[in-house]
Amino acid sequence: MGTVSPAAEEIRAPSPAALLRRRIFGHYGLVFGITVLFIIILIALFAPLLAGHDPYSQDLLARMKPPFWMNGSDPDHILGTDHLGRDYLARLLYGARISLAIGFIAALISGLIGTAMGVAAGYFGGRVDLVVTFLINVRLAMPVVLVALAVVAILGGSLHVVVTVLGLLLWDRFAVVMRSSVLQVRDLEYVNAAKAIGCSTRRIILSEIMPNIVNNLIVVATLEMAHAILLEAALSFLGLGVQPPTPSWGLMISEGKQMMLFEPWLIAIPGIALFILVLAINLLGDGLRDVTAPENRG
Amino acid sequence: MSDPILSVRNLTIDIPMSQNTMHAVRGISFDLKRGETLCIVGESGSGKSLTSLAIMGLLSKKLQRAATRLDFAGIDLMSQKLRQMRDLRGNRMAMIFQEPMTSLNPAYTIGDQLAEAYLLHRKATRVQARMRAIELLGKVGITAAENRLSQYPHQLSGGLRQRVMIAMALMCEPELIIADEPTTALDVTIQAQILRLLADLQREMNMAMILVTHDLGVVARVADKVAVMYAGEVVEQGTAKEIFGHPRHPYTRGLLRCIPVPGRSKPGEHLGSIPGMVPSLVGRVKGCAFRARCDVAEEACTAAIPERRMESGHAWRCIHQAAERLSP
Amino acid sequence: MTRTTTRPLLELAAITKTYQVKQGLFAKAKPLNALGGVSLCLHKKDVLGLVGESGCGKSTLAKILLGLEAPTAGKVLVDGKEIDPRERRHLARRLQPIFQDPYSSLNPRKSIEDIIALPLVVHDIGDSASRSQAVARMLDLVGLPARVRRGYPNQLSGGQRQRVAIARALIMKPEIVVCDEPTSALDVSVQAQILNLLGDLREELGLTYFFISHNLAVVEHLATRVAVMYLGQIVEEAAAAALFANPRHPYTKALLESVLTPDPCLSVPDTHLGASYPNPISPPSGCRFHPRCAQVRDICKTTPPPRIGNEGGHVDCHLYSGAAAH
Repeated sequence: MGTVSPAAEEIRAPSPAALLRRRIFGHYGLVFGITVLFIIILIALFAPLLAGHDPYSQDLLARMKPPFWMNGSDPDHILGTDHLGRDYLARLLYGARISLAIGFIAALISGLIGTAMGVAAGYFGGRVDLVVTFLINVRLAMPVVLVALAVVAILGGSLHVVVTVLGLLLWDRFAVVMRSSVLQVRDLEYVNAAKAIGCSTRRIILSEIMPNIVNNLIVVATLEMAHAILLEAALSFLGLGVQPPTPSWGLMISEGKQMMLFEPWLIAIPGIALFILVLAINLLGDGLRDVTAPENRG
Repeated sequence: MSDPILSVRNLTIDIPMSQNTMHAVRGISFDLKRGETLCIVGESGSGKSLTSLAIMGLLSKKLQRAATRLDFAGIDLMSQKLRQMRDLRGNRMAMIFQEPMTSLNPAYTIGDQLAEAYLLHRKATRVQARMRAIELLGKVGITAAENRLSQYPHQLSGGLRQRVMIAMALMCEPELIIADEPTTALDVTIQAQILRLLADLQREMNMAMILVTHDLGVVARVADKVAVMYAGEVVEQGTAKEIFGHPRHPYTRGLLRCIPVPGRSKPGEHLGSIPGMVPSLVGRVKGCAFRARCDVAEEACTAAIPERRMESGHAWRCIHQAAERLSP
Repeated sequence: MTRTTTRPLLELAAITKTYQVKQGLFAKAKPLNALGGVSLCLHKKDVLGLVGESGCGKSTLAKILLGLEAPTAGKVLVDGKEIDPRERRHLARRLQPIFQDPYSSLNPRKSIEDIIALPLVVHDIGDSASRSQAVARMLDLVGLPARVRRGYPNQLSGGQRQRVAIARALIMKPEIVVCDEPTSALDVSVQAQILNLLGDLREELGLTYFFISHNLAVVEHLATRVAVMYLGQIVEEAAAAALFANPRHPYTKALLESVLTPDPCLSVPDTHLGASYPNPISPPSGCRFHPRCAQVRDICKTTPPPRIGNEGGHVDCHLYSGAAAH
């Protein structure tokens, strides 16, 4: 629009969707996070095709083969083999499945619990708010790792137990963020207008409030996903997470730790994989927050 | 004729955008003498608030300010360094903002905030600053001033807070005071009180005052001179009597027809209105920015519009000489 | 107008609203009387302007009318029938709001068409084709081009947004529209457009407005009746022309005096309202206005003023009662 014209009354601003698209592609961290996460998801989905080996099959004659960049490497095992002669690449690729599954499912469970509690507390206020705030405080007073350790120690470690325990422990941030988001939106006039129209409470929450706070939900979900993945690795490392022989990155680090000083690649490879995954998820979360933050709106 | 205390020539403010530049203020000029009140009136987006911030040197770093002249009491503000501007601000020139709720720091007492500028600029002792604060709170009509000093902003009503803001601005006896919508957030009854107070103090202290507002009623009652801004330009300026009695620019006339006036506009009858919207100021703006909404626009309005000026100083930017016949 | 014989369309009977306010963490909650027995009548095609300073309770009254809050005591009657404050859905067909801030009154995530059609969807009126037609009609009625229907609120100017809010309010064909400061967030030129539109719509659709504003010039322009509110009470109510020509209550006089007409020959008026607005938690004794009143008498400090009726209105003030007159 170079000059002032009578057409100045035309719609100028782009639609919210177009704005969002433009901002996403202008945010390098976000683009990097999405790309890396997408690649890791593809790897996890197609692990059987890419691995070339069974991650569980042991070959005690081919133990501790070094990866390709070291002397004495085996071209059949690009990333070498572990102390039981299992192909390290296959275990790494299958391990992505475990990490992603744990991250997704734990974030989903905690997200459902936390969002329900937070939205209820923010919208209804009063006694509901008091109860939820109390529950949040109780939850915050519990050390996550110790509680998880204790529960897993009692029930025995397995994928299901770890996911459930993490899901039941990580809802606090969802509840806190959702509660404050709803409080910000609850008294805006479009919510009052919807009430005056005669909308049901369900409709007001689902179609008037939620669409305006879902961006915060997504950001928290990504951060909690990364959190859950790291916790699983920590639990597995301590021997109380996923049980062997499941190929989990935390377990791989744990199994490699005896040989850490002589064969550092044993823990470096799963460690780097873990680092990249968590970094990608955090970049995604950070980027989404930047892109959808209200102060960024044009 | 005394020299103006503030002299502005061709002030422009550009806002760089990703691909283009928004020309938010496009070459405005005015003079202001001691004891005079200039009202800058305009709608949102006209650049009136940016102009006042630019004079104070408070524009955000992203915005580009330029002017052929920006003199305050013989000091060239364009060439002042940040430190020198700090010495002027709150001391010789002061500002009053719209929102008395957010312009006061909730963590400090009224007394601390009043004393701050005085201690900084006057090298005074705390006792002197306290005495001065009590004196000024009394001046702005706050009773029991001594007790107020230890109160926090949230303990005061909106009207009281705005009085405190005014007292704060006056602590160092500024020569120029800029008030940006000082009464917009207040009730009508409080608005009248605050405006009276400002006018009285200004006369008493012989200050120059710039009052930025969108309220034509306020303008008419307090202004000596009026500058009507539209789309980053002063489209018309003159004395209050000229602007309200003989408006020349179609935009000024339109604005005056828009407002309901008890006793003048007939209840229930249509108010005059200005159709359309303020144009985008992104990219180069050619010709009269008002022409898309103007009912007397013609082909010649697309060319540059020269400023017409009468001897009295009444000036406007419109090619229509005989706009007088379109009575307001 | 035969005001006494026809039944009012909307009637507020002795509405009281009390909040429990805690000052400080361990302080006992104190009652705050936001509304102290407000009674108002609104006849068909009337425009009742409700004026008063911020904090006087006018927005609380609007919320009660809209069913967003329940009154502590008192009744809202439409056509003589009492409205249960919990019956939002029923009320919604007859009474719709227009809010002050067009930037927060539209859901930013919804298209203009979805926003305007929402009342029809909620009340299950018509199918999608007829709703779409209704939206087109409404857009035309409020003077918006048809192409904005696919747009979003952030693509519209303040005035256009307020037109969308008006379209949403009118799509259910309500009889009463509650306008809560509908133009105070708008620019002067846009305010004129919206006021003209509201005036036209009233003529065309026979609407009744409950019009809340702090801008007396706007109220004078649009209202047929005016009620003046002070600290949760109506202190004067009269036909608009009568009230503006001959204000009776000292507070009404002060309000009218503080209107700044654009007249450069006049200076800023002195309203004589010395003290600031009182704290509603501890309202003054007697007449609640007495600490600010220029014509205060001894009786005002102790005794609440009587309600003195006159033709089609009333004023609550000792000045007009026989006892206090000279």
